[in-house]
Amino acid sequence: MTSTSQPPTGNLALLDSTLARAKAEHRAALITYLPAGFPTVDAGIDAITAALAAGADIIEVGLPHSDPVLDGPVIQTADTIALRGGVKIADVLRTVRAAHQASGAPILVMTYWNPVDRYGVERFAAELAAAGGAGCVLPDLPVEESAAWREQAEKHGLATVFVVAPSSTDERLASITAHGSGFVYAASLMGVTGTRAVASTAARTLVERVRATTDLPVCVGLGVSDADQAAEVAGFADGVIVGTALVRCLLDAPDQAAGVQAVRELTADLADGVRRSDTPVPQPTS
Amino acid sequence: MPGEFFFPDTEGQLPDTGGYFGAFGGKFIPEALVAAVDEVAVEYEKAKGDPAFAAELDNLLQHYAGRPSALTEVPRFAEHAGGARIFLKREDLNHTGSHKINNVLGQALLIRRMGKTRVIAETGAGQHGVATATACALLGLDCTIYMGEVDTERQALNVARMRLLGAEVVTVRSGSRTLKDAINEAFRDWVATVDHTHYLFGTVAGPHPFPAMVRDLHRVIGVEARRQLLDRAGRLPDAAVACVGGGSNAIGLFHAFIPDTGVRLIGCEPAGLGVETGEHAATLTAGDPGILHGSRSYLLHDEEGQVVEPYSISAGLDYPGVGPEHAHLKDSGRAEYRAVTDEAAMRAMLLLSRTEGIIPAIESAHALAGAIEVGRELGSAGLIVVSLSGRGDKDMGTAATYFRLNEADTVGTEPEGASQ
Repeated sequence: MTSTSQPPTGNLALLDSTLARAKAEHRAALITYLPAGFPTVDAGIDAITAALAAGADIIEVGLPHSDPVLDGPVIQTADTIALRGGVKIADVLRTVRAAHQASGAPILVMTYWNPVDRYGVERFAAELAAAGGAGCVLPDLPVEESAAWREQAEKHGLATVFVVAPSSTDERLASITAHGSGFVYAASLMGVTGTRAVASTAARTLVERVRATTDLPVCVGLGVSDADQAAEVAGFADGVIVGTALVRCLLDAPDQAAGVQAVRELTADLADGVRRSDTPVPQPTS
Repeated sequence: MPGEFFFPDTEGQLPDTGGYFGAFGGKFIPEALVAAVDEVAVEYEKAKGDPAFAAELDNLLQHYAGRPSALTEVPRFAEHAGGARIFLKREDLNHTGSHKINNVLGQALLIRRMGKTRVIAETGAGQHGVATATACALLGLDCTIYMGEVDTERQALNVARMRLLGAEVVTVRSGSRTLKDAINEAFRDWVATVDHTHYLFGTVAGPHPFPAMVRDLHRVIGVEARRQLLDRAGRLPDAAVACVGGGSNAIGLFHAFIPDTGVRLIGCEPAGLGVETGEHAATLTAGDPGILHGSRSYLLHDEEGQVVEPYSISAGLDYPGVGPEHAHLKDSGRAEYRAVTDEAAMRAMLLLSRTEGIIPAIESAHALAGAIEVGRELGSAGLIVVSLSGRGDKDMGTAATYFRLNEADTVGTEPEGASQ
């Protein structure tokens, strides 16, 4: 590879500095997920922009998929609506660009692997970087199959956020965190996306186990739906990830404006939550 | 450790240690499932080398499932296939009525070794679901079967069988409400319950080690057929023909013949209303490489990786993916795949029923329709073995509608009209 042209650089460094700033403020970062194209591409951008204005630090833009095997009914429904509306990868990238330009915040894409594989790994990485994206969360791409993505992510300045689970062995956690960047997505419980009444205590244990392997920030997702849960998770994690509860705001609203307003209000509550944890975020073991 | 009916491919080079058959296969699964899938791989490797496992499986396959299955020559049917000699490998005569029992009994014994107490499975035609519910009844395991709503309607008999056997049948209403969506829902269950639940995958797809393990458990089909043909016809066949949805009965028939380079391996995919109409599930004929349900293989998907809803009159073949070893056999040229329409399959179903007194499953009828084509190509010197993977009782609702069986004394479509 002797290309002299400079590939567009993604916003991995911005993701790192955003997480570092939250830590410096002795709080967890708030990471919110919304799918692109839901309920429409423009209304989706409005909702994401509202979440950023209300205190989200980082956005995960979902790339809707025909077969979202790791998502519960709420996000499945949103994906179906988005795909029926004709959402394309170009719309996902437009959403990333709009969200980043509106806020200057780091914007990730959360996607199943097949769309990226099919679209072209290099093409997707280059276009995501050019749109101002910060990286990808890849929930069904295990580290063993990730070499092609990581090569392009490194080339284009994009984060590779792997998901770890309570069932991951210590050996695997070490391998995964060694190959990831940005942060580690700790799935707080075994299961698909969706809100739960009680965030699992397994999350705290998993965060501790991950910290033993890496200095990367550890952010917790799956099941967090309100400010109290966000505060609880913020007591032991570097970031709190909320998806389904926000998607439900849009799904349950009588119209788009009401949905965006509900996203704004819930995000503001969650942003308060991540700031009122009693316990300071522990320093990573080094 | 090979047994009397258990023939794991211990000599083979594929898949490699990463679970790849050439460019296809692998293990594209969420981290939450890695530990469980790895446990299956480790436990299966141990079982393969354990004479006690082979002995117990042999015992079940012989005295419970009824192996070896018969090889039946069908001369009256063959008259419509260019006069070639045609033999049917009678997996329809196995207990529960299809080849599926071979895989299910093997995995059920593995589940007991792993100490898990609950089993989930997907089913399209209901044959894998019935076989799974049967094994769970036999071994006292909790059983939940996921089945698309379209399939619970067109395979209602098998829903009743599963429930009678004590399984919970969950109707899946997402997506195309067929096999693909049933698998999605089973994966969602498994991610949440993996500590005590085994996903008894029903075909040669999914993440490694499932494509290799399920293949091994079905290899008996081809090993027996090869032996029986040498005994009865005195030579190897010119072609081995099987239907391909996920591809488990086809791999089972093909695998023992792979080293016999003179034997053509011919998979028959569902062309539905015609590949050109877009209403089909002919993955290897019309698809491109992609990833679905844990492995890279051929896939019916659009240019952005969204899976296209498939269509086939046959619930068991109505799937947009296919096992990775078939993708490899296609690309390497060792096997060939052709597409068979609903109409051709239904004509073949009628023809076998009328000429031989054997009612095949609509899935298997795709292979019969392919065999008619191949027989006409080979002529009267040809020798063909066909996997009759299942019996057609479950399809009587579909057949009654298609042939208007309940409306008149005679059927509108005559067997003589069974041409391609």
